Amino acid sequence: MRRARNHWRGLKNTLALSAVYALTGLALVPLALVLGYTVVQGLPAAIHPEFYLNVERPVGIPGAGIAHAIAGTGIMVGLASLLAIPVGVVSGVHLVEYAAGRWASWVRLAADVLVGAPSIAIGLFGYVLFVAPQHHFSGLSGAIALAVLMLPVVIRTTEGAVALIPASLRESGLALGLPRWRVALQLVLPAAAPGVITGALLAMARAAGETAPLLFTGFGNRSWNLDPTQPMSALPLIVYHDALTPYPALQQQAWGAALVLVALVLVINLASRWVLRRQIRLAGQL
Amino acid sequence: MIEARRLPARVRRAPERFRLLTAAVSVAAPAVLVGIVIVLYQEAAPAIGRFGVGFLVTANWNPVTLDFGALPFIYGTVVTSAIAIAVALPVGVAVAMVLTEQGAKGLRGVVGTGIELLAAIPSVVYGIWALYVLAPFVFSHVEVPLSSRFGFIGFLSGPPRQTSLFTASLVLAVMILPTLSAVSRDVIRAVPKGLRESSVALGATWWETNWKVVLPAARAGIFGATVLALGRALGETIAVTMVIGNRPEIPASIFSPAYTLASVIANEFTEATGQIYPAALVELGLVLILVAFTVNMVALLLVRRTAAISA
Repeated sequence: MRRARNHWRGLKNTLALSAVYALTGLALVPLALVLGYTVVQGLPAAIHPEFYLNVERPVGIPGAGIAHAIAGTGIMVGLASLLAIPVGVVSGVHLVEYAAGRWASWVRLAADVLVGAPSIAIGLFGYVLFVAPQHHFSGLSGAIALAVLMLPVVIRTTEGAVALIPASLRESGLALGLPRWRVALQLVLPAAAPGVITGALLAMARAAGETAPLLFTGFGNRSWNLDPTQPMSALPLIVYHDALTPYPALQQQAWGAALVLVALVLVINLASRWVLRRQIRLAGQL
Repeated sequence: MIEARRLPARVRRAPERFRLLTAAVSVAAPAVLVGIVIVLYQEAAPAIGRFGVGFLVTANWNPVTLDFGALPFIYGTVVTSAIAIAVALPVGVAVAMVLTEQGAKGLRGVVGTGIELLAAIPSVVYGIWALYVLAPFVFSHVEVPLSSRFGFIGFLSGPPRQTSLFTASLVLAVMILPTLSAVSRDVIRAVPKGLRESSVALGATWWETNWKVVLPAARAGIFGATVLALGRALGETIAVTMVIGNRPEIPASIFSPAYTLASVIANEFTEATGQIYPAALVELGLVLILVAFTVNMVALLLVRRTAAISA
């Protein structure tokens, strides 16, 4: 009787264990499929050098490219980083230095809630605040919408990285008579730099892949444009607009742009991991 | 101490100045948060004034007669998110269990990296993949067989479409999986080691330990992870917009086209003219963001409380 029950328990354990591993395997299937299809479908377009050198052309004319979208993504993400990273890093430092204060807990709550803000609503915000008063779409308004998206990510990752620095480093600085701002900015922040950079890179990767905030701000542009006061294209916008057209040539262009976008985002992600690994090695030395 | 008191006022005030300066910069996040709500409210005011509370419970959406109601979009958003959670939750918890296992370090590395990459893929890439690969596959291998055999059940009735509520839910499930598994992993990891060890010491099998001891202890946190994932699902825009079919109706079947709050804004806002039409779309955005903020705060409280209890 007891042996039969133990046998059943063992069987149940094996079954459950297999089910858990099967479900885990299932979780990785979409990753393989998305990456696989993007590479296979995107390569025919992305393999040509002119894809990176030319701009969009009317359907049926060969030699179209996405150079303007690459430039647009670069400019808008760059401007957004200039806005969001300094503000986010200083906010994150404040959260650690004055962690006990009531204000710090409000900032932390705001950042946590803002991380979950629907990106389309951020796009509407950018439209109402910057596009509607000026009566035209612009790369700058797109950059501001992306900055709103990046800000909470930078704040929380900076806070996490700075909080990891051992208290002894801060205490030795203070013991030497350094004022608090010099300890925070010249001692603690450089020690936490790899973690802070990782957070900034991840925020940039996220911003580079976002479409919804740009729909009503950057808007898209079919020609070459480096002027941020004018409408500006971006890689996700190309994928979105061209994928929904009935023309195979444009669909192929969308897949090509998707491949470039995925490659860009994954490279930034891998780079950030590399920086983070250095952080861990550094922290071991402290 | 006596020395310190004699320091010039300039030096003594410096730390205070640093505090105020960084505090002033950190106003940005709360200001943006409050700013979004205020700006969207002002912009939606014409629609709020005209339709009142009825906006939330009316199913009309007619830009020609300027009759607007949010119900079809609320329905689409809630149903896609619910199906996505139902599909992703078992997978997410299973992944979290594997990631918190003691052994199998190599496997854990592969799974952990894979889930992180899944989170890194942009929404629009999921969208193009879902539109050209997932939708045709789901249509011919799931929707058609199911609706032809079980079509007499209302929500499985035909005729099925490639772009449907169901397809959108599946993409959403994939997209919220990283959130679900990462947060579940953290709360399962926070369960005191002693609990697990006592259970094993009493002779419980791996499954009995996890199912009867570890998961119940982490229940509130896993619920929090689910609510957090729900918040992400509600606000997801681009991938859903590409495969949901964009029809402002409340469909009987999950295999029919529908619409969500986020996707109707994405599709119609740039072509909305006049005063009431754009205002109605912004009001949808306001509804979306208020719901997302509330859901997020509830989730944070749940996750934090579990972490506090186990700490």
